[in-house]
Amino acid sequence: MEDMIVSTLERAMVAGTPLLLATTGEVVCERSGILNLGVEGVMAMGAVVAFIVTMTTGNPWLGVLCAVGVGMAISILHAFTAISLQANQVVSGLALTMLGLGISGMMGKPYVGKPLLVKMEDLTLPFLSDIPYLGKILFAQSPFFYLAILLALAAWFLLEKTRLGIQIRSTGENPKATETQGIPVARIKYLCVLIGGGFSALAGAHLSISYSKSWIEGMTAGRGWIAIALTIFALWNPGRAIGAAFLFGFVFVVQYLLQPLGISPNFLSMLPYVATLIILLFISFKDPRRLNAPAMLGEPYKRGER
Amino acid sequence: MRGISKSFHGIPANQDISFSIESGEILGLLGENGAGKTTLMNILYGLYQPDAGEIRINDAPVRIHNPLESIALGIGMVHQHFMLIQNHSVLENIALSHKDTPFFFPTVKIREKLENFSASFDFNIDLTKKIWQLSAGEQQRVEIIKALLNGADLLILDEPTSVLTPQEIKELISILKEMKAKGHMVIFISHKLDEIMDICDRVLVLQKGKIAGSALTRDTDKISLARMMVGRDVVFNIQREKIDRGNQILSVEHLNVMGDKGLPVLKDISFEVFENEIFGVAGVSGNGQRELAEAVTGIRKAESGKIRINDRDITNTSPRHIYDQGVSHVPEERIRFGIAPGLFLYDNAILKQHHLKKFSKRYFLKYKDVKDHAKNLMDDFNVSAHSIHSQIRNLSGGNIQKLILGREISEKPQLLVASHPTYGLDVGATEFMRNHLLELRKTGSAVLLFSEDLEEIFELCDRIAVIFDGEFMAILDSGDRRLNDIGLMMAGSKRI
Repeated sequence: MEDMIVSTLERAMVAGTPLLLATTGEVVCERSGILNLGVEGVMAMGAVVAFIVTMTTGNPWLGVLCAVGVGMAISILHAFTAISLQANQVVSGLALTMLGLGISGMMGKPYVGKPLLVKMEDLTLPFLSDIPYLGKILFAQSPFFYLAILLALAAWFLLEKTRLGIQIRSTGENPKATETQGIPVARIKYLCVLIGGGFSALAGAHLSISYSKSWIEGMTAGRGWIAIALTIFALWNPGRAIGAAFLFGFVFVVQYLLQPLGISPNFLSMLPYVATLIILLFISFKDPRRLNAPAMLGEPYKRGER
Repeated sequence: MRGISKSFHGIPANQDISFSIESGEILGLLGENGAGKTTLMNILYGLYQPDAGEIRINDAPVRIHNPLESIALGIGMVHQHFMLIQNHSVLENIALSHKDTPFFFPTVKIREKLENFSASFDFNIDLTKKIWQLSAGEQQRVEIIKALLNGADLLILDEPTSVLTPQEIKELISILKEMKAKGHMVIFISHKLDEIMDICDRVLVLQKGKIAGSALTRDTDKISLARMMVGRDVVFNIQREKIDRGNQILSVEHLNVMGDKGLPVLKDISFEVFENEIFGVAGVSGNGQRELAEAVTGIRKAESGKIRINDRDITNTSPRHIYDQGVSHVPEERIRFGIAPGLFLYDNAILKQHHLKKFSKRYFLKYKDVKDHAKNLMDDFNVSAHSIHSQIRNLSGGNIQKLILGREISEKPQLLVASHPTYGLDVGATEFMRNHLLELRKTGSAVLLFSEDLEEIFELCDRIAVIFDGEFMAILDSGDRRLNDIGLMMAGSKRI
């Protein structure tokens, strides 16, 4: 029993890692007022690029780096249509998702089903990993796990404790007032979309080279969408995203726990998505003012208009 | 500033304006809405470039291309609509605008600065509160702090008292006096005479984009300033035929209405409008005109009081019910509230009548009848457009307004509520609108007219109410000699 709990929680951490990465990126992006529904597609791109590069070069870190670069590059599409052309962000984000899923499927065709021989070693922290129970859950994980938490904390620090953070948040709240203080609103939005894209791709890289160590088309399985829901659940705060992501990681693995009880696996694999719906339902009852949503989220900003 | 001129789309907003200000002086800029006060100040603040003229600071000519440059030159501006981030704290807002905010832990540093700063000015604001938790007066103080902390020697305040309570106005005045004592310059934009007389050392009166006069406040009085602002002694020029008014159509009793911010905007308003009568409401915009029009047409909730049409109570009933009682509405901001810009001309011609039997059958519109109706409107009301299949956003303002008017009066309303019907229209369209209003009066309808244009009010109205701060300062027959002081009444300095 004890073993089962420990291994469930351990796997919850693994399952929560990509969610945390993608959510952190989306939080930064949405805080600048840009809604990016392309997370799922960029994640898939990240996964396939990381897998291919790792497979051919044998260096997983190079794979990660290339994935992040490609994720940022493809996100420029969304940034350009949403910021420079002031187009509808929902449409442009959806297009990015479809594009990413399509391209990744095409690029990954020759690699489907091939196992990844290069391994990314788990990072076992000395002493800390010897703590009973907790050590195994928290301190003997893949490097992605620590990276995700550190990046989330860094994003929180950036948004709350730096001048750039104030500028980013102000841009999402009231771009007009921000611009009258002489702050380059468009440049800040571009930066945030790129950061978001990098994070999504990083999440994808984790899926293909650490989590499942293989590539299959559609392996992101809606995690990008869940990350967008978690952004709301975390109330646009990267700190809260940590808890939210791992809670959902737990929902992902709990299905394996319940399977022996005779519940249909198809029904159980619904769980994360049902949980997402329930949480969105609850959030919508809250006072919008307390919700902390960026006031101008998803609104195109046209300069010089009243 | 010397010889400043600026025009928008060929319409002059400022013409050859020159003035100066010296340290420790508070200069008032007085004028009606649209007189060019804000344009002039936006030029000084670098938001607009002047077409002609130059700006000199300490005798050196400067070009100000954007607000950053004006801030560097020691000019600060508090806009009428505050440039604050509502969901952020006071500290974060100040950190956003301050020139030397450090990258890490910006709010800590700003707090230190402010503590030194408040030794010299007493602002009394909780720095960690969010802006939306602050009153309008406190928000304004945040704006002033922002400007002063950036080293502003010259502070421009655009209609600073329009959002303040009387107590907050007193606090603002004491801050301004304190700044004056320290040698700062202030330009104070207002259309309220009392404040100008109270606060300013000198006053510059703008009228239709030109300087109508300037005076030291101690050498002048409110009456002569009011005359300068309005531009002339009021002349009566009645070419309306005399018609005796008929039965009472609209009666409003003790009406109280809240504004968008949840504060009372209309306070205990009562009046009646009769058949064959045009009842005009004069006043500077923002004193409750919009809310009154919305309450009468059912768009805004009345907190208390009664509104009756033909003795039938219509208070807080639906806009369609009120429309069915014979109340039509030509709204202000015609593009936002009068039409659906993306739809075709013929769709817009029946926006309010689509449910009537003559245009629809069960779930379907009778497009043939709709289009015939639209064609008739175009002919009867001189709407010039490519065809009834044009998207209405492609029409000029005058043609849009003609179509709206046609739509609203083709059903022969009992009462027409017209808000600023000729605002921004050219001479021809204006004449057309005014003649139609007179025609409506002749055929037995009642008209409730809101206008800022005094000429229009005097030309059309049988009775005139002057509104200030949500109250009627007077309701007078248009021949009444006391209307000579309408400028004073509009500025809230006189009540009859």
